[in-house]
Amino acid sequence: MPEDRASIGRTMRMLVASLLVALGVLGLANAAHAQEDTGEETVEGTGTEVKGTLRARDADGEDVFLEGVEFVVSDADGNEVGRGVSDAEGNWSVPLPGAGAYSTLLVVETLPEGNSLRNPENNPLSFTVNEGDSRPNLFPLGEAAAKTDNSIKAIQLFVDGLKLGLIIAMCSIGLSLIYGTTSLVNFAHGEMVTFGAMAAYLFHASGALGFETSLLLAGVLAVVLSGIAGGLFNGLVWRPLRNSGASLISALVVSIGFSIFLRYVMLYIFGGRDGFYRDYRIQTKWNFGWFTLAPKDAFIMVFSVVVLVLVGVALEKTRAGKAMRAVADNRDLAESSGIDVEKVISWVWVAGSALAGLGGVLFATTEAIGWEMGFRILLLMFAGVTLGGLGTAYGALFGSLIIGVFIQTSTLVIPSDLKNVGALLMLIVVLLVRPQGLLGRAERIG
Amino acid sequence: MDWGSIIENVFRGLIGENLIYFGLAAMGLNIHFGYTGLLNFGQAVFMAAGAYGLAIAVTSLGWSFWIGVPLGLIVFPLVLAALMGIPTLRLRADYLAIVTIAVAEMFRIIFRSPTPRIKKYTNASDGLNGFTRTFYDLSPFSNDKRYLGLWLGNQMWVVLVGWIALALAVLLVWMLIRSPWGRVLKAIREDEDAARSLGKNAYWYKMQALALGGILGAAGGMLRAIGTGSAQPQNFITDVTFFAWVALILGGAGKVLAPVIGAALLYGVLNFTDSFLRQAVANDVIPDSIMTGAQVGQVRFMLIGLGLVLLAAFRPQGIFGSKEEMALDDR
Repeated sequence: MPEDRASIGRTMRMLVASLLVALGVLGLANAAHAQEDTGEETVEGTGTEVKGTLRARDADGEDVFLEGVEFVVSDADGNEVGRGVSDAEGNWSVPLPGAGAYSTLLVVETLPEGNSLRNPENNPLSFTVNEGDSRPNLFPLGEAAAKTDNSIKAIQLFVDGLKLGLIIAMCSIGLSLIYGTTSLVNFAHGEMVTFGAMAAYLFHASGALGFETSLLLAGVLAVVLSGIAGGLFNGLVWRPLRNSGASLISALVVSIGFSIFLRYVMLYIFGGRDGFYRDYRIQTKWNFGWFTLAPKDAFIMVFSVVVLVLVGVALEKTRAGKAMRAVADNRDLAESSGIDVEKVISWVWVAGSALAGLGGVLFATTEAIGWEMGFRILLLMFAGVTLGGLGTAYGALFGSLIIGVFIQTSTLVIPSDLKNVGALLMLIVVLLVRPQGLLGRAERIG
Repeated sequence: MDWGSIIENVFRGLIGENLIYFGLAAMGLNIHFGYTGLLNFGQAVFMAAGAYGLAIAVTSLGWSFWIGVPLGLIVFPLVLAALMGIPTLRLRADYLAIVTIAVAEMFRIIFRSPTPRIKKYTNASDGLNGFTRTFYDLSPFSNDKRYLGLWLGNQMWVVLVGWIALALAVLLVWMLIRSPWGRVLKAIREDEDAARSLGKNAYWYKMQALALGGILGAAGGMLRAIGTGSAQPQNFITDVTFFAWVALILGGAGKVLAPVIGAALLYGVLNFTDSFLRQAVANDVIPDSIMTGAQVGQVRFMLIGLGLVLLAAFRPQGIFGSKEEMALDDR
């Protein structure tokens, strides 16, 4: 039966492709680790220990790190097991003999002038630690966060939210377009974001390649690589899967399988620590009166707007953009009017992945790079895309902006560690009241 | 290389604790997906509901163990099912997938929140412990002896209760699926519009299926909390859901016993790779430059991801499922 043979051929091709990818990954893992052995042992920390970072706010609300503060760690019977002193970046750590219950005393007399513990009753601080774990101890300093005028704070949060929303929008346009053209909800899209951030780190700050570039060049390389990776991902996995007639639900499960697999491959290579770019890491903020903004944040916002406008123009004016919208609108009609649908889908994957990679680089300049960053932002993308209308490019943009602003301003009323909960709740509420999203067409989607 | 301990670990995987925790969770998913066609990507939060329902009741509120059990097993899962189901069960399948994974992440953030008002009940990322005494007081086994060469008394008690729970769950699902109720579920899976046109309230049946599968997941999670002695957010990250998914698809969605067999095989394989790699790393068969002890734990997650990809692409009906009846069907 020729059809069977064709599908076996496809199967083999997919298997070979997966193997190649896996081999490439292992090769990369080797390179990264050889590096870690020589250079970065101090970052990872080995054995059982307790550690922390002492941070306080100065009068301008800037973070300052406290140096020279002493810590005494005792075991459950009160016997001293070690001492530590915080360094110039506020970091301190004390190695521990093994698993068990301990308590850490911050020697209050060694605190620099003008600083005090926010919760003196938590000093000494009791904790338990497992063998081989590095247990963080937090000693919050100073009064509870100073009460500033809420309306001023709201403006600052609004601006921060716009920045976050622009980054989410950049990442989620690809998600939305891929959904629009292939009906696939790609759960692995978050990993494209992480991939972009980490690729830039590879060129810029890891030293694994024997050279280090500026962040600007590394970012460009990362975006190009993300686009290539997206194109390969489509060509090696998704096109064969579409051609084999796999159901949408199979495809959904495949995408979540890749999401988990890629996430843990990146954890394997990168390690569980946070990474930072060196360029633009610490900047004096510009003061605009009602709000302050670091120059890099201003750049990110302007740059994102420019990129998003360009994407919009490309979608409206260029042939490729029109074809993308046509395929998203009605695949069969587009195909019958002579559009090469598979080619358009390839371009959607390349462009969407490149944008996601760019979003990852921008996100990582403002926050830490970590193996889970993409997954966390994926859920915010879902919230934004659903709010705007799944499958529409402008809906993704619009919804993401609202989600970004909503997340940041919600910290006026809820604790900031819960801010993403608000966005996820919003996702549920949107589905309750307007499941097609703000810009989506009201059609039956059930 | 100590092959004896590797074989022991494989054996433990085939019949032990994880088979119970994830077998129950996968049976819940089987009701969701295998029989009703619902894509629940947040089974981890139902498991967490079972664990935290018990732990919060006993440890944080000081209530009796016997109040904590129904709270975690019935009340919390029902609330969750309503939260996930009401907005999405009228919509296309992928919306439920998105919302379930979002709800799972939402509660993980809440459980690990250091905000004092919440920490009072959940103890943030350290989690809760000290809620298992009533359970272990009932144990007929002695903690000084090793049973079946694998488990001390308390562990044996958890495993025995777990086996009984699994058996009861299998019986329950088998009876339910043969009942008229089960036939309606399958009808909805096959063709929701047809079921609706026969006057069946598909929405309401799907809600019941979501809740029932969630309760089975909560049972798995509660036993996991009892077995490990703690309810920690780390044990219920969203990736945990997909251990149950791999168990389900491996066995074959839509077959009563398949999730149990799938979970047994899955943990046989995972325990083998885990203990093999651990030994290989410890004995320097694999040099540290390729894999360290900490990285061994990450390999099982990669295997789960890869397993999902390969199963869904090449054998969606699993080992026992039939391609005609259930093959990750399109709807």
